[in-house]
Amino acid sequence: MSVDKDTVNKIARLSRIAISDAEADKMVGELNGILAWVEQLGEVDVTGVEPMTAVIANKLRLRDDVVTDGDVREKVLANAPAREGSFFGVPKVIE
Amino acid sequence: MSEYRIQGNTGEWEVVIGLEVHAQVTSNAKLFSGASAAFGGEPNSHVSLVDAAMPGMLPVPNRECLRQAVRTGMAINAQINRWSRFDRKNYFYADLPQGYQISQLYHPIVGEGEIEVTLNEKDPDSPTKRIGIERIHVEQDAGKLMHDQHPTMSFVDLNRSGVALMEIVSRPDMSSPQEAGAYLKKLRSILRYVGSCDGNMEQGSMRADVNVSVRKPGGELGTRTETKNVNSIRFMMQAIEYEAQRQVDLIEGGGAVVQETRLFDPNKMETRSMRSKEDAHDYRYFPDPDLLPVELDDAFLEECRASLPELPDAKRKRYEEMGLTAYNAAVLTAEAETAFWFEDLLGHGVDAKQGSNWLMSELFGALNKLGKSLDESPVNPAQAAELLGLVADGTISGSIAKQVFEIMLETGQGAAAIVDERGLKQTNDTDAIEAEIAKIMAANEDKVAEYRSGKDKLFGFFVGQTMKAMQGKANPQVINDLLKKVLG
Repeated sequence: MSVDKDTVNKIARLSRIAISDAEADKMVGELNGILAWVEQLGEVDVTGVEPMTAVIANKLRLRDDVVTDGDVREKVLANAPAREGSFFGVPKVIE
Repeated sequence: MSEYRIQGNTGEWEVVIGLEVHAQVTSNAKLFSGASAAFGGEPNSHVSLVDAAMPGMLPVPNRECLRQAVRTGMAINAQINRWSRFDRKNYFYADLPQGYQISQLYHPIVGEGEIEVTLNEKDPDSPTKRIGIERIHVEQDAGKLMHDQHPTMSFVDLNRSGVALMEIVSRPDMSSPQEAGAYLKKLRSILRYVGSCDGNMEQGSMRADVNVSVRKPGGELGTRTETKNVNSIRFMMQAIEYEAQRQVDLIEGGGAVVQETRLFDPNKMETRSMRSKEDAHDYRYFPDPDLLPVELDDAFLEECRASLPELPDAKRKRYEEMGLTAYNAAVLTAEAETAFWFEDLLGHGVDAKQGSNWLMSELFGALNKLGKSLDESPVNPAQAAELLGLVADGTISGSIAKQVFEIMLETGQGAAAIVDERGLKQTNDTDAIEAEIAKIMAANEDKVAEYRSGKDKLFGFFVGQTMKAMQGKANPQVINDLLKKVLG
């Protein structure tokens, strides 16, 4: 598996990351290097082996249906780039 | 079930409809955090640091939300998947602070099921149709955006962010707006019986994405469009009608339907394209590494099954077996709250037939006039049972019961107290009744003669006059007997 420059540009767009043409060129090489490294795993025969979901055998923990959190508006909004009253403000998004 | 066809210039067209219903799970807390899931609240107050997607925050699933999805699955006879998993659906939008929605694409918690719908709930002979349900999965709701508060900014309220939703995906088994309407109504009724969703479409706790395509009868499936977030049954039916017609016009005019998302505008009664960007559907799903798979054990599943109430179809059948008409049984079971009210009434010793007739004519009539719903009824089942008990044991007549009921609605007094206070007890006093009958016969000699010469229908006139003279308080059976004797 490998990526070309179009794919890199597409991933960047989907991730809302602006990259220059030169950066994209550089990224093609880097990403293909990473992919090739991970692809070494393909050399292992995993026929009949169940996919692993956790390194340590563990069960999903569930919470009870009780309100234990929230009411922390000041904390939630503390790092907002643009706070408008009790709201986050973002550049107008409307189709 | 219904032959719905669109007449085009090139002949008839068939409509194919599938629905994706988003139903908010009834719970106290959110799907992955301990923040309140209650509707409303001050902006950004029902938000934890998990819901705001602060770095390092980890989701922990709410057991109740999974339980409600499983119970819903059981109610539609669906396959319950003991092993399911959460996936990330990646997209950027200002109402989604994580940058992905936690959902279940590959391994939903509930698999194939079905519900049976009828076009006319109230007609026992109306044909039925089974609508397949492909899956139910659990996912997070997004926050709310407000665009009209500021000239250049949109405002974000994350109170909804992370609230649990069930997405209930039907098969494309519906072929008319009426069928889709019947399906949504039935689904809503089941959710409310189960208690997994309040079904409140105005508040947005239930909304539908509507997939519509058209084809020549029996032909290949056409390209579909998806009309998003329709929040009433009526709007959904209008949207389908409009969208199907638009597609037929488009194809017959030489164009082609584009697979796209559309919006329904209830003011203009039309759908229009959301003109989404080309990459909008590239969600790059992958298993959420923050969450282990959901594994349900026997005890959990047994509790889910044991806690299911009697569902509308079964209840309806049982009511018919109790001697109710098919019509009454259908009306009383369509909504959970009606059925529960009715059963409460029976629990107070009221006869099923008497109770159902009274509920459907007197109580519904009164509530209608007052513009109130059943749960706002000024008279509760215990009070109603007191009134109906007085009729059943002959203390008051049916017509007096109507008066007493009206006084109950106005004053909130109990039935027995009203009857005592106002002397409305039915009388079996034959002397008093005979005296009134004698007066009426004297005043209507012509009618007496007519009756005696064979005009039997006038009997009712004498009964009415006597009852009126007795101010409704005479036992009708006694009046009948006495009149027969005197008139000969």
